[in-house]
Amino acid sequence: MNNTMKNIRNFSIIAHIDHGKSTLADRLIQFAGLVGERDFRDQILDNMEIERERGITIKSQAITLPYVSRKGEAFELNLIDTPGHVDFSYEVSRALASCEGVLLLIDAAQGVEAQTLANLYAAMEHDLEIIPVINKIDLPSADIERVREQIEVDLGLDSDQAILCSAKEGIGIDDVLEAIIDQIPPPEVEEGPLKALIFDAHYDPFRGTIISCRLFSGCVRPGDMIRLMYNNAVYRVEETGIFRLRREPKNRLSTGEVGYIISGIKTVRDTRIGDTITLDTDPAPEPLPGFKEVKPVVFASVYPVASDEYRSLSDALDKYRLNDAALVFQKDSSAALGLGFRCGFLGLLHLEIFQERLEREFAQSIIMTAPTVQYRFTLTSGEEVVVDNPVYYPDPATIEKAFEPYIRASILIPERYMGAVMELCLERRGVNSRFNYPTPGRIEIQFDLPLAEVVYDFYDHLKTVTQGYGSFDYDFLDYRESDLVKLDILLNGEKVDALAQIVHRDGARPRALQTCKRLKEEIPRHLFKIAIQGAIGGTIIARSTITPFRKDVTAKCYGGDITRKRKLLEKQKKGKKRMKMVGSVSIPQSAFVAVLKSEVG
Amino acid sequence: MSPGLYIHVPFCRSKCPYCAFYSIPSPSLIPLWWEGLKEEIILYRDRFDPFDTLYVGGGTPTSLDPGMLKRLMGYLLSHLKATRDPEVTVEANPQDLTREMIAALKGSGVNRVNVGVQSFDDGVLSLLGRNHRAEDGARAIEGLRRAGFGNMGIDLIYGIEGQDLKAWLKTLGTALSFQPEHISCYELTFERKTPFARLREEGRIAPMGESEATAFFLETSGRLEDAGYIHYEISNFARGEGYFSRHNQKYWHHVPYLGLGPSAHSFQDGRRWWNLRSIRGYFSAAKEGRPPVEGREDLTREQLRMETLATGLRTKAGVHMALIRELPGWAGAVSGLQASGLVKVLEDRLIPTKRGFLVADQIPLAFFQ
Repeated sequence: MNNTMKNIRNFSIIAHIDHGKSTLADRLIQFAGLVGERDFRDQILDNMEIERERGITIKSQAITLPYVSRKGEAFELNLIDTPGHVDFSYEVSRALASCEGVLLLIDAAQGVEAQTLANLYAAMEHDLEIIPVINKIDLPSADIERVREQIEVDLGLDSDQAILCSAKEGIGIDDVLEAIIDQIPPPEVEEGPLKALIFDAHYDPFRGTIISCRLFSGCVRPGDMIRLMYNNAVYRVEETGIFRLRREPKNRLSTGEVGYIISGIKTVRDTRIGDTITLDTDPAPEPLPGFKEVKPVVFASVYPVASDEYRSLSDALDKYRLNDAALVFQKDSSAALGLGFRCGFLGLLHLEIFQERLEREFAQSIIMTAPTVQYRFTLTSGEEVVVDNPVYYPDPATIEKAFEPYIRASILIPERYMGAVMELCLERRGVNSRFNYPTPGRIEIQFDLPLAEVVYDFYDHLKTVTQGYGSFDYDFLDYRESDLVKLDILLNGEKVDALAQIVHRDGARPRALQTCKRLKEEIPRHLFKIAIQGAIGGTIIARSTITPFRKDVTAKCYGGDITRKRKLLEKQKKGKKRMKMVGSVSIPQSAFVAVLKSEVG
Repeated sequence: MSPGLYIHVPFCRSKCPYCAFYSIPSPSLIPLWWEGLKEEIILYRDRFDPFDTLYVGGGTPTSLDPGMLKRLMGYLLSHLKATRDPEVTVEANPQDLTREMIAALKGSGVNRVNVGVQSFDDGVLSLLGRNHRAEDGARAIEGLRRAGFGNMGIDLIYGIEGQDLKAWLKTLGTALSFQPEHISCYELTFERKTPFARLREEGRIAPMGESEATAFFLETSGRLEDAGYIHYEISNFARGEGYFSRHNQKYWHHVPYLGLGPSAHSFQDGRRWWNLRSIRGYFSAAKEGRPPVEGREDLTREQLRMETLATGLRTKAGVHMALIRELPGWAGAVSGLQASGLVKVLEDRLIPTKRGFLVADQIPLAFFQ
């Protein structure tokens, strides 16, 4: 064993959302002296604007921290930051696979939450050393004893080992660092050819793809020919190095280390998270275990508001994809909305981030259709089809069996909300409920739920019925047979393909009524009557009507009134440009979004 | 087409609570305004062709004393070039139309008087905050007729919640009994920053509802058309084409006009400008030989087209289809509007129907994709 390896620690911080992960990461960086108090910008690792705003981490990042222990020994601590949302659980698993230990961060006031448990299980799966850290001990509402008890009872960990800290106030940070070097083991030595696990890749406009990886054996240096074992593509290494706050080139990366490789890979799509890098000249016989190709689970179409902006949207998506390998899209066209793209996402959060970034960072004015899951159909001909777009719903006469994806939801709540949450889950076609009572006063409810019901604003409702106390996590289960129908929405008798939805038969009428109601609220009055209808096949199951303007006229129009009148018209014209014409009906962007939301509360 | 001339007389005996025009009840400022006006005339006199309409409005022109009004008219007609047979209109308040005032109007070249009767119902008049009674209106009109005014207009207002349609039709009937050449029926607008706007916010007064206002509008139109009037613009009716307000039509067709006096608007060669809304500011600028202008705008082709569309579709004449055909997607918009019964195409013009008048603020939007 070489000397340096015993002074390397690879670790990650895992936590429920808002328990202070990014703040702690920033403090560790500051303690390592990588950044002075003056330059200290909150949440250094969360680079993206949206990450900082939402307080969540979307992409994995790594940073190598120099640390001199209390005993005066020098260490290299590799902090691998993981995405904090269930949509990105595969990325999390690859980041964890690159570590030997984790800090399990728990908010001293909130205590253990659903994601705390989910994260703990994930860490245990990878056989990692787990250090419980109780954060936010400075809060007046902090209840350290209660959290210690939860650590013992809910998590089954030794609460005496829990480190107390306040990342915000900088309290206990050195204790955290000491615990990292004392409790987390150094990387294990593995002899043999190069095996480096890709846990992230991001795009740099000047250098192409920057691969973040952890070396399990061998070493790599500039000039080496590397091979990506997933597709056997070979590249020449241009640069290797480690992450400080910026990239710091290093003439080689060795076993146990975490760093980056630049090798002229054009886009992040040419790499796969979880893939193994080896040397072309001396390849490893087997890749590292655990590789999985991530597949989108939620689908929606995106269209430019103005049809002449299709090219611009197309360019924006190409650029977007440079840095988001999980996004898939292909051309799509809608009779109502024109040319656009069908996109696949890892989950709803992924979709929302996509939408926000497209609008904000890429200045695109877009309309997104209702998200859909992937349905499977067995046709009478015996053929199997997969449908992720209501437009391609098979002819009902040819459907033998329909299947939809199910998840196992795990919801952790204070006991008093049990009734409300049960009701919500049953209403969303939940089955197979199970209950765990991790601590007195708290309950974990598990349900098998159709993914489609979760995609449809489930989380908003959960937060409402539990007054913000409910936390939620889920895993994919399987496909189950289901009674599905296609709900068409018609405006003045014309089907609007972009508003069609695939729904369970029992939920079709309520959904149709609600969609009609929402559209009625969102679509402004026109000069003619607008009939909004929901239909299954040829049967109308819901309707609403928007009455036309009967009177909208200004009495006087003389000298000074004309400028005013024109300015108003110019404003209205602009507003109309942001609407989508379907037949002769102008539909505001907001209407497409509004149909997704049901009434909360 | 010859340009129009507008003179703004920014004085009233008292302010009506619904009115947003610039005027103040301070006769002491009349000399300042008058001096400013004479200076302003010098600034513009050579920049316009001879005028064929002169419109004195306000405010209340008849709040000036008859001598002053006579002096004003004389000055205007001698210092500004006019065509041979101009339309000369003065707006008048019923209780100002004394025998003396009528004589002054008659003697100073005025050939059209527009009387702000507003209603022949004392209840409505007091609700509107007018300082005259129904009988003042009748007396004023009779006086004008006796003096030989052959071209006369009456302004009427409706639109307050709870207003009675029958009573309104009675007001219309009274108006018709005088056989005025011109009638304007305005639905009350709650203009920003007026006492009425405040009362509305406080919930003490409200405009009538959409269906009521629709009924008033259609009944008015029907009643006046039955009596032989042409409903030639949303709020305007005339007893024959020769009695259309020649001056007001200039506003709707981008014919140049010069507006003199505080807050007056002018238009020429695609530029519109408007004067300061302050008598003192107006006076000091004019006195220094500066145009007393508060703002101006140079209209693009696109903006001119938008205005033509908006104002044209408020008139019985509509707009020429040549203009419509320049708009992208026009054919679909026209057929949609036709199908909804809001317009018709006649002699290559797009003409709003009665129901089209009712939604005139919306119709131009149908042409924007």
